[in-house]
Amino acid sequence: MNSAHPPFDPGIFGPDAIILKGLTGLNWRLKDYEARGGYQALKKILADRIAPDAVIAEVKKSALRGRGGAGFPAGLKWSFMPRQYAGPKYLVCNSDEGEPGTFKDRDILRYNPHTVIEGMLIAAYATGATAGYNYIHGEIWEIYERFEEAIAEARAAGYLGRNVLGSGLSFELYAHHGWGAYICGEETGLLESMEGKKGQPRFKPPFPASYGLYGRPTTVNNTETFAAVPWIIANGGQAYLELGRPNNGGTKIFSISGHVERPGNYELRLGTPFAKLLEMAGGVRGGRKLKAVIPGGSSAPVVPGEMMLATDLDYDSVAKAGSMLGSGAVIVIDETTCMVRALERLSYFYYEESCGQCTPCREGTGWMYRIVHRIETGKGRQGDLDLLYDVADNIMGRTICALGDAAALPVRSFVAHFRDEFQYHIEHGRCQVGSPAAREMAA
Amino acid sequence: MLSKESLQKIDAATAKYPPDQKQSAVMAALVVAQEEKGHLSTEVIEFVAGYLGMPPVAAYEVATFYGMYDLKPVGRHKLCICTNLPCALAGANEAAEHLKRKLGIGFNETTADGRITLKEAECFGACGDAPVMLVNNKKMVSFMTPEAIDKFLAELK
Ligand SMILES: Cc1cc2nc3c(=O)[nH]c(=O)nc-3n(C[C@H](O)[C@H](O)[C@H](O)COP(=O)(O)O)c2cc1C
Ligand code: SF4
Ligand code: FES
Repeated sequence: MNSAHPPFDPGIFGPDAIILKGLTGLNWRLKDYEARGGYQALKKILADRIAPDAVIAEVKKSALRGRGGAGFPAGLKWSFMPRQYAGPKYLVCNSDEGEPGTFKDRDILRYNPHTVIEGMLIAAYATGATAGYNYIHGEIWEIYERFEEAIAEARAAGYLGRNVLGSGLSFELYAHHGWGAYICGEETGLLESMEGKKGQPRFKPPFPASYGLYGRPTTVNNTETFAAVPWIIANGGQAYLELGRPNNGGTKIFSISGHVERPGNYELRLGTPFAKLLEMAGGVRGGRKLKAVIPGGSSAPVVPGEMMLATDLDYDSVAKAGSMLGSGAVIVIDETTCMVRALERLSYFYYEESCGQCTPCREGTGWMYRIVHRIETGKGRQGDLDLLYDVADNIMGRTICALGDAAALPVRSFVAHFRDEFQYHIEHGRCQVGSPAAREMAA
Repeated sequence: MLSKESLQKIDAATAKYPPDQKQSAVMAALVVAQEEKGHLSTEVIEFVAGYLGMPPVAAYEVATFYGMYDLKPVGRHKLCICTNLPCALAGANEAAEHLKRKLGIGFNETTADGRITLKEAECFGACGDAPVMLVNNKKMVSFMTPEAIDKFLAELK
């Protein structure tokens, strides 16, 4: 990855970076963050006593959309928090990054943790939250420990705790870790998990803003969403909006993985052509031909390479190409890859990670995996593709959380775009995409 | 049942939550317990539940729900390799095969000397570093090509 060996060239994340700007991998501490102008946005709000509603208005103007996958406008979400509420209100940062292909929150947390803390402080001020938690993916323990260190630094400097910088604002922040369950990335599964239970998503409504952690009003945002907030307040919502496109404000960190020369994180203005990102990542590995791209994490529909090369990276453009920008995890697949095998692996993942409380998801993910598995191993039957579609359709829209849809969408899109490959497997009992050796290389 | 040091760690975790929400610390407490004992036996899970004042069955549900808890003994080193699609595209399957060959075991097996347990895992959120491996839950090692694996295994105690 481009950032794996600090110190790295601070320009490595791209010329348009704001969240990852100037980072070398070693300058993550409080004093470094302050030297980069950190905590100035918070100080400005506190010193000028800017009204919470004005802060929310600024975030609305920025068109900052949630970076965790669904793309919901952050300012609007904050405005749902009840103003008059006697008792604690909570803020939760979702750093349970486990969507295959996504590895941006890890870099934000290890190389610029204070920007997340400052973003949460500003959100706490705007929403009236009194305490916050950062739920960090269990698999990145070293990053959890670093975040705890950053919290300790911020607390010692008076940014956290009672009466922040003498302003009267009080906000406590703690780190909480997961322990290996993808479903805890779903915000209500995450809240259940934080309460010390199985991470099984809740029925919505009620939404977390009215009934969240411990039944209290709660706002959940992704790590990258909070990380963007200090810049918005320091530079204005309009300036942030103008970095991107209307309705798609600002920059977005893209995690590019798979068959590229330089996988890693690149922070781009929303609306940048996919071709540009591919070029920054050194192009397709070995100069091979691009076959397909999953543009928004494994739950997003796959897009044929040609089509992707003509698409810009923003929420609306990727939606027009029939997929989702999601978490910004761009998985690049070259011509040597067997799409049946690729889908088999993804289907296994959803089957393995379904929390089991809805029948269509629990049973359907198992069915989809078994059907794709038998096609991949040469035992596919005529009618299997129709059956796959059927199972997928029976999951869509019939479950408590979006994991069901997340499992069904890849299945439908892989079959829709690469039907002949699946059909060849069924008819010939083997793969169309060259020799086993070529497949091994690709797999 | 648990050492004084472990109990202190659990107390520190509990302090992060409201006084009437001690159960929120159960995941952290089970991690601490697993680290001390090597795996989570029924007795240990019940002890943790009692310590946090929650029903044993509730703690047991947590221990079985989250993939990184070990309810059965594992080798001195637990190696988990991610084979999800982004990693697979970047050589994870070859790395996994290499590991199996070198260790002479398959997934979910432990070497005869009780030294190493090998497991297959889902996305760590580190796909740009593929192939990636998690060592004893808390340490991630990156770019585990067959050569890197040989070096890693040679240095493992
Ligand atoms: C199965 C599933 C997994 C999810 N995983 C994550 C995740 O790892 N990180 C994340 O921020 N959001 C994840 N989400 C989305 C969250 O539910 C939620 O929308 C998000 O955290 C809200 O923050 P945002 O508005 O800032 O994006 C997931 C959703 C689903 C259905
Ligand atoms: S859709 Fe699947 S993962 Fe989501 S709540 Fe239902 S069973 Fe659980
Ligand atoms: S797919 Fe292996 S770390 Fe993400």
